[in-house]
Amino acid sequence: MVHKKHAGPPQVLLGPLGGGLSEARSSGGALIELTGIERVFTLGDSEVHALATLDLAIDSGEYVAIMGPSGSGKSTLLNLLGLLDHPNAGVYRLEGRDVTTLSADEQARVRRERIGFVFQSFHLVPRLTAAENIALPLMLAGIDPAERSRRVDKTLQDFGLANRADHRPDQLSGGQRQRVAIARATIMRPAMILADEPTGNLDRATGEEVVHLLESLNAGGVTLLMVTHDAALGARARRRVMMEDGYKVSDGA
Amino acid sequence: MTPTDTLRFASRAATGYPLRTALMVLAMSIGVAAVVVLTALGDGARRYVVNEFASLGSNLVIVLPGRSETGGFNPANAITETPRDLTVEDAQALTRAPAVLRTAPLTVGTSEATYGGKLRDVTVVGAGADYLKLRRMELAQGRFLPAEEPNAAVAVIGAKIQSDLFGIESAIGRILRIGDRRFRVIGVLGQSGQGLGMNADEIVVLPVAVAQAMFNTNTLFRILVEAKNRALLEQAKVQTLEILKARHDGEEDVTVITQDAVLATFDRILGTLTYGVAGIAAISLAVAGILVMNVMLVAVTQRTGEIGLLKALGAEGAAIRNAFLAEAALLSATGAIVGYLLGQAGAFALRTAMPTLPAYPPDWAVIAALVTALVTGLLFGVMPARRAARLDAVQALSKR
Repeated sequence: MVHKKHAGPPQVLLGPLGGGLSEARSSGGALIELTGIERVFTLGDSEVHALATLDLAIDSGEYVAIMGPSGSGKSTLLNLLGLLDHPNAGVYRLEGRDVTTLSADEQARVRRERIGFVFQSFHLVPRLTAAENIALPLMLAGIDPAERSRRVDKTLQDFGLANRADHRPDQLSGGQRQRVAIARATIMRPAMILADEPTGNLDRATGEEVVHLLESLNAGGVTLLMVTHDAALGARARRRVMMEDGYKVSDGA
Repeated sequence: MTPTDTLRFASRAATGYPLRTALMVLAMSIGVAAVVVLTALGDGARRYVVNEFASLGSNLVIVLPGRSETGGFNPANAITETPRDLTVEDAQALTRAPAVLRTAPLTVGTSEATYGGKLRDVTVVGAGADYLKLRRMELAQGRFLPAEEPNAAVAVIGAKIQSDLFGIESAIGRILRIGDRRFRVIGVLGQSGQGLGMNADEIVVLPVAVAQAMFNTNTLFRILVEAKNRALLEQAKVQTLEILKARHDGEEDVTVITQDAVLATFDRILGTLTYGVAGIAAISLAVAGILVMNVMLVAVTQRTGEIGLLKALGAEGAAIRNAFLAEAALLSATGAIVGYLLGQAGAFALRTAMPTLPAYPPDWAVIAALVTALVTGLLFGVMPARRAARLDAVQALSKR
């Protein structure tokens, strides 16, 4: 399953898929298909519906902003899409495959190979250098060291981090840290990047740079899903999914 | 994740928190060092005793006057009078036994030796001409007691007596006064070091008949009998007993023991002691193991965010578990090695402080200590590692 580059405008699927499920699968059109997803958290004796009867389809190469006030379920949605969380009901198909029924190790493999995460707080390992942080996914995938360092070197060049390779995170600026994190998220050439408030800890200018970087990756064909409550940032996306109280309230350009 | 990567990742994690790692290694190393030093001490004591006995000569049969009864009350004993004396003639008779190479009658007492206005307490050993060879002793100067003149007024002195009474002057040919008798010194014994209960450096050896006269006694303290070789030891013992029984009117009024029996007993007692000491020291290893668990649990809590990240990057549960296990193993292995070196240094210090004590840790103790350290480290590392592997990714990621 190699990701394909979309030339034309992304195809948008709305509403419940119903009988179109098998069709969608065979055509392989949508990268992500969520059908009737529910996620319920139990807090004390009350149940909180973080996500309720959510249907969503995202095509390969799309640029989607997931927006909404805090507590609206947008982070839960991102965690579900990233296979870090499990829905209580519903089906999640990634590249036509039902990934909700996979074993934990199989899901780890999917995360490793198809999904790149970018976090608000960067999540760099503090004791490792920039190059080692970027190499982490390759190491976890068991890629041999020679190939690893070749790919890391190339990525460092591409991201303008070549002279920062041996710096630890505390020796890097916020923008550089997020660039290292993005480099790490892309080094396995994933099908999609899930970014959770990627500019939340950065100043305006640096945030701009990081968004440009993510957008250029999207232009290169990677599907980009970004959680944000920054309206200006959301406005840049070609598609916006608005969340409120666990429901998708609007979806479109 | 390949094993090499797991190890490298774990070692980076260990070196990433130097204080924690240092404390951990210290705790583990103290445990291992304790085992090494204490077993070195125990085994050193065992070796010391065994060596002391061996230096007496390992083919020895020792004859003591009197019977040590172990077979319960025997009516024959009730009518027996005091045991007959062991005499010089008994010793001579024993040399005729086919399995016996040589014998040494022995009588021991204390007296004062004076020379040139200096006075010193000495242990007087009355012995025969064969005593030197039988005890495997060396002469530093002169010659030993002559066999042909059993009543000569001659003395062979220990190295310490030579230096105390004569200083750097040679004692050979000088007249030494012992008690109220005068002896010509004909030999000086070589330096021998500490002996069991009797320091051979501080004795004066006189012909046995002269010593007996001096102490006004006819009986001997011991007869030492040397078998022709080790295989004949048991025969020598039987023959000794037969001859003495015949000479003492059919009365078995002597005790004959072999060097081996005494040696084996000491060996066993002190060996058990070493095991016991090793067991006590092993407790500190168990404590260190619990510390490993504690430290690794803290590490898991400390690095929750990192574990969440690894999961997000697609690490399988096994990879995370192995990384933490490898870290625990690395910490205990380093602790074990450092502890081994510390222990060897401690044993060396012991040997330097007490040169007579061969304080070398036994191989089994060293291996057991290292293996126990590694196994406890791994065993106590399993629980934290499993906890790390089972962390919920979302919750772990939200913790920073």
